[in-house]
Amino acid sequence: MRWLAEVHVALRSGIADPEGQTIGSALRSLGYSTVTEVRSGKLMRIALEADDHVAAESAVSEMCRRLLANPVMETASWELRADEQPDADEALP
Amino acid sequence: MTLVTGRPRVAVAVFPGTWSERDFAHVAESVLGWEASLVWHTESNLGRPDAVVLPGGFAHGDHLRTGAVARFSPIMRAVEAFAAGGGPVIGSCNGFQVLTEAGMLPGALTRNDHLEFRCDWQTLRVERPGAAQAWLGDLGEGELIRLPISHGEGRYVADAQTLDELERTGRVVLRYADASGRVTPEANPNGSERGIAGIVNAGGNVLGLMPHPERAAEPEVGGTDGLRLFRSLERWLQARPAAAERRL
Repeated sequence: MRWLAEVHVALRSGIADPEGQTIGSALRSLGYSTVTEVRSGKLMRIALEADDHVAAESAVSEMCRRLLANPVMETASWELRADEQPDADEALP
Repeated sequence: MTLVTGRPRVAVAVFPGTWSERDFAHVAESVLGWEASLVWHTESNLGRPDAVVLPGGFAHGDHLRTGAVARFSPIMRAVEAFAAGGGPVIGSCNGFQVLTEAGMLPGALTRNDHLEFRCDWQTLRVERPGAAQAWLGDLGEGELIRLPISHGEGRYVADAQTLDELERTGRVVLRYADASGRVTPEANPNGSERGIAGIVNAGGNVLGLMPHPERAAEPEVGGTDGLRLFRSLERWLQARPAAAERRL
């Protein structure tokens, strides 16, 4: 069956994020003075076939470890759900 | 001497999006009279080179992360095997990024702290050249050289433990410095940790650096300090008995 994973990749907390800092200062210059910090990252939506949740989870975990995030400077987290609508266009807007 | 050892042969790896391979080949062939071969990334055989170059550019478009996709190209298995056998490997700019992604050098390279692409001449302080004898053997401890830099993602990062280990084992071999050799935040063009511009592996044969030695090999382009890395390699190869034997 088909699964959808939303993978979030972010810089580790100790690694400076100049992009996030720039976005943060842009927000403050627009008047959002309550913004104290912005961290930027990447979002990847991955559709995959797997027999069950455990298999899908295992595949996504391996993808993150091998390619999607560099553990030296990044962390990866993901949400996984069964794809109710197997139409690719609908599933991945 | 060249009759005994033959001309040095370098293999230059080329990925889709690599842009400095011809500059490296030009310096090797036209400036130094060496043999250079360009090896496409899908090849699994490097030939029998004396040294391997991973040049600058944007391998595989630098998509996802710089070097992240290139490390899986078939040619990298051959580069890893060549390095494991003690063969000299240099990764400049994107090549450095590929070496870190491949785990051949520790740490990682990410966006410059000011988010700008920086293309300029840069003063570098040479440290522990003996730790990278094949590439820096002709240079002296504390010597200042000038090489071009050209990158948007050259900020070297690693955890404190890795940085301390690199320092302790003398494997930080190039640092960004000002004209008087001081390593300061102002002299650091990208926010690299501890001003690190180049590091070497534990074996001393794999050098990664953000600057471009191949762009500073003729006076016409503004400097020749880069040539000294090539000269170091030539001397190292000539001094290496195994290389001479292989040539005979």
